[in-house]
Amino acid sequence: MSNKNSRLHMRKSNKNIIGCIYFFAFLFLAMIGYMVYFIGWRSDDLMGNSYNPRMEVFNNRFVRGAIISSDGQVLARTEVTDTRKNKDGSDNPDGTYTETRQYPFGRVFAQSVGYSTKGKTGIEALANFYLMESNSNPVIQVANEITEKKSLGDNVIVSLDAGLQQVAYEALGEHNGAVIAVNPKTGEVLAMASKPSFDPNTIVTDWDSIVNDSSSAGPLLNRCTQGLYAPGSTFKIVMALEYIREHPDDYQNFAFNCDGKYRDPADDDYVVHCYSGEVHGAEDLHTAFAYSCNSAFAKIGTLVDKKKLMETADQLLFNQELPIDISSSKSRFTVTEDSGIWTMMQTAIGQGETMMSPLHEVILASAIANKGVLVEPKLLKQVQSSEGNVIKVFEDSAEKQLLTEKEASLLGSFMRSVVTDGTASKLRDAEYAAAGKTGSAEVSKNGETITNAWFTGFAPYDGPEIAVCVVVEEGETGGRTAVPVARAVFDYWLNER
Amino acid sequence: MINLYITATKYIQLLLIVLYTYCNFRFLSIPDQDDANPLCDWQLRIILLVHFLMNLTIYLKTGSVEVIVFYGIQLIFFLAYTFLSTYLYRNINRLLLNNTVFFLAYGMIILERLDMSKAIKQFAIIVGSAVISLAVPYIIDRVWDLVRWRYIFAAIGIILQGIVLIIGATSYGAKMSISIAGFTFQASEIVKITFVLATAGMLSYAEDFKDICVTSLVAAVHMLILVLCKDLGAALIFFIAYLVMLFISTNNFMYLFLGNVSMCLAAVFSYFSFSHVRTRVFAWMDPWADMDNKGYQITQSLFAIGTGGFVGLGLYQGLPNKIPIVEKDFIISAISEEMGALTAICIVLVCLGCFMQMMLIATYMESAFYKYVSVGLAIEYIVQVFLTIGGSIKFIPSTGVTLPFVSYGGSSLVSAFIVFAIIQALYIIQGNEDEADEIEVLERRAAGRPDRLSYDEPLNEDSGYDDTDYIDSDYDMEDIEDDPHYKSEKVSAEDLGF
Repeated sequence: MSNKNSRLHMRKSNKNIIGCIYFFAFLFLAMIGYMVYFIGWRSDDLMGNSYNPRMEVFNNRFVRGAIISSDGQVLARTEVTDTRKNKDGSDNPDGTYTETRQYPFGRVFAQSVGYSTKGKTGIEALANFYLMESNSNPVIQVANEITEKKSLGDNVIVSLDAGLQQVAYEALGEHNGAVIAVNPKTGEVLAMASKPSFDPNTIVTDWDSIVNDSSSAGPLLNRCTQGLYAPGSTFKIVMALEYIREHPDDYQNFAFNCDGKYRDPADDDYVVHCYSGEVHGAEDLHTAFAYSCNSAFAKIGTLVDKKKLMETADQLLFNQELPIDISSSKSRFTVTEDSGIWTMMQTAIGQGETMMSPLHEVILASAIANKGVLVEPKLLKQVQSSEGNVIKVFEDSAEKQLLTEKEASLLGSFMRSVVTDGTASKLRDAEYAAAGKTGSAEVSKNGETITNAWFTGFAPYDGPEIAVCVVVEEGETGGRTAVPVARAVFDYWLNER
Repeated sequence: MINLYITATKYIQLLLIVLYTYCNFRFLSIPDQDDANPLCDWQLRIILLVHFLMNLTIYLKTGSVEVIVFYGIQLIFFLAYTFLSTYLYRNINRLLLNNTVFFLAYGMIILERLDMSKAIKQFAIIVGSAVISLAVPYIIDRVWDLVRWRYIFAAIGIILQGIVLIIGATSYGAKMSISIAGFTFQASEIVKITFVLATAGMLSYAEDFKDICVTSLVAAVHMLILVLCKDLGAALIFFIAYLVMLFISTNNFMYLFLGNVSMCLAAVFSYFSFSHVRTRVFAWMDPWADMDNKGYQITQSLFAIGTGGFVGLGLYQGLPNKIPIVEKDFIISAISEEMGALTAICIVLVCLGCFMQMMLIATYMESAFYKYVSVGLAIEYIVQVFLTIGGSIKFIPSTGVTLPFVSYGGSSLVSAFIVFAIIQALYIIQGNEDEADEIEVLERRAAGRPDRLSYDEPLNEDSGYDDTDYIDSDYDMEDIEDDPHYKSEKVSAEDLGF
């Protein structure tokens, strides 16, 4: 070993010391880069989090901004009444300062816009950070500081359309249920209505009665994203896709002769009936889909490969967090290698253990409408200062290929036939070409069997502009109860707007 | 109105700290310290201006006269400390001195804002440690021959940390501190220094592989006790410092490689052996999954940093106290929230600047022991900064170490002061020797003798090596006006490309 104090050894050491300096300088630059990335790109999404107590501090500095629909209607705003100064500028000793959060549309947007007066939900929670910031004119802000007035917070423009939302809400009528509509090309959520509803203006005083009312059907729940329903015949979309995937070249050869029921050849007890005992006769896959033939699909249920079906369900976002920024429920789908014939028959017609949210249904319809590509749903469009200057434009949503373009076009043509030849006859005479799938899911509620009516689809068939999912609780059939609601939404969006 | 002042000073402060940081790196590129003195004077003015502006904010917000008095005392302290340091030690490194005051000033500002009573306690310890630190260079230069005490330092370190293992108090899953007569202190902060002195001394005397094994064994015993105390943050700091010292002393990349491999193995081992390590790794990977418990501290820190943004909310405009033990492990999050991430980044850069200066001082050392001591202390310092900052911003899992000089805590402060004082001592000693050499040469020249200085070894000793690879190849002086070692070292600073 060379002498520690030799000049050569020292020089080598010094060289290595310089190397260490470079190493740590690089490490620190990486760390600083991460910090800049976090603050510049990641933090906006996190700041509105309800666990961040700092947002409340902004309450003392800014008046919470307004939430404005894409068609320019105010969905939420804060009204300030300040009587602390008289008109001539002198102090009014009896004056008070109050802020009231107002929701001009009341019950119509109750779950989607949410409320900010009793905790925060919906868009009020999602856009919290932006609503509590102020990018208004700095001169005015300084003047406000001097006069000890609060500056106005930024306004958030959302993708919801107030006109469409009202149509959707009213179309549900007396029924409980949900309507969600998105633009398949941009992912913008156009309407998100849920019934029963509540009045967000009086949520604070109504809170106890809403929470304690055991007969109430849960008005606080956003049925579009959090409601889980048996999908009924709408699940045939998934089954048809699975059959096509397993038989890419000869799915046309699927043949079934419907006599109103399908009985498992091995066990006479396993029998599935078509809705209200209809007899569909000779069918292929396309017509079985259009007529929503339970018997044919029960048979398909026994034919498909369970493992591949699970993979398809996984690709279609079952049992996963759905890509939306407000609270939503995961859809449930369970089939295992051990699932028996009966389970498969029931699953195939959407009557098994499967549960889906309207959001999930509209995601599938939207992907089929958009050549198999899901543009993830988004609610926020822009942040504007109180003077109307654009502060931030939310970037385009991420895209995800859920199915191939060929599969999407095939399923689209099946869904078109549902309107032209099948169960969605109430859309047949519309001025636009709609496509979709109906469903009538029988579930038991308090010992009684009720039917939840479904429609999920899009329009126009060539060049889709809107995808919609409707679920009506305790309706008749999908065709009779849900399709008219969807039609009202399509009519407004494509013709009347 | 107060808000207006806070907002205005917020931006002035940002401007000033950026300027300060610029001066910091500008300093490293100036070859002769005498030329850098005006720069250092400006740095001090900037610190004192920021300190004044921020204390005025604190006064306006609290309205307590106590703040003014306290500010006055701090101002006198900062001035006196700087004056005494430069007066007592003509060759002191002004950059490290300024940076010490800089860290102290920011630490005091944020502590006053967080908790005034803690700030006062902290200040008392600052004054005490500062007095000790003033004496350290004198002691090292005149009284002690540190390298002869290497085994004693090793024994002190092992015994002290052993006491912690036996009777120490547990906090946050690790045994860290001992209480003596109501006074708690964290032994590893002191052992950190004795460890470097011991291993640097042994490495500088190591002649063969056996000596290196013995030294490594001593280091391993230190680390083993720390691991048994579950103080893994400190164990990691010790380990990296030792590894780099070993590498610098042997110039053998194999040690570096083996060290890194064993570090990875140790990391995997500790992950599976210690539940609090797993907790912290989970909290690092996905803190959002458990924001109420495991992820609470780190998510609150991220909320603080994110809400503050680059320019910060302004003093008293945020909620830094929502972060648990904010004044120790997460002090940088509090600074970032209220004074801006830009301030936090500048502080990190100044820390990096300190490290660079310490490492450059190491290259300047002619004695192997002094070289290894400054390398060891510099590495310990920068790893600690990396662990605390990285932990606060979720760059790495949180390890629960403090930011030297800035964080609240007596042991950490005393230790930081001594570390900086030792580095200063080495710098001063080398500076004095160089001056003495210079005078000797001038005397020789006056007496008509050749300028040549005596060397331990003949100059052709390094034949067969490519000299251009090495940093300082210019020992052979024709003209003594070119300040010998000092100059050659400053060349190395320029080589860094500032």
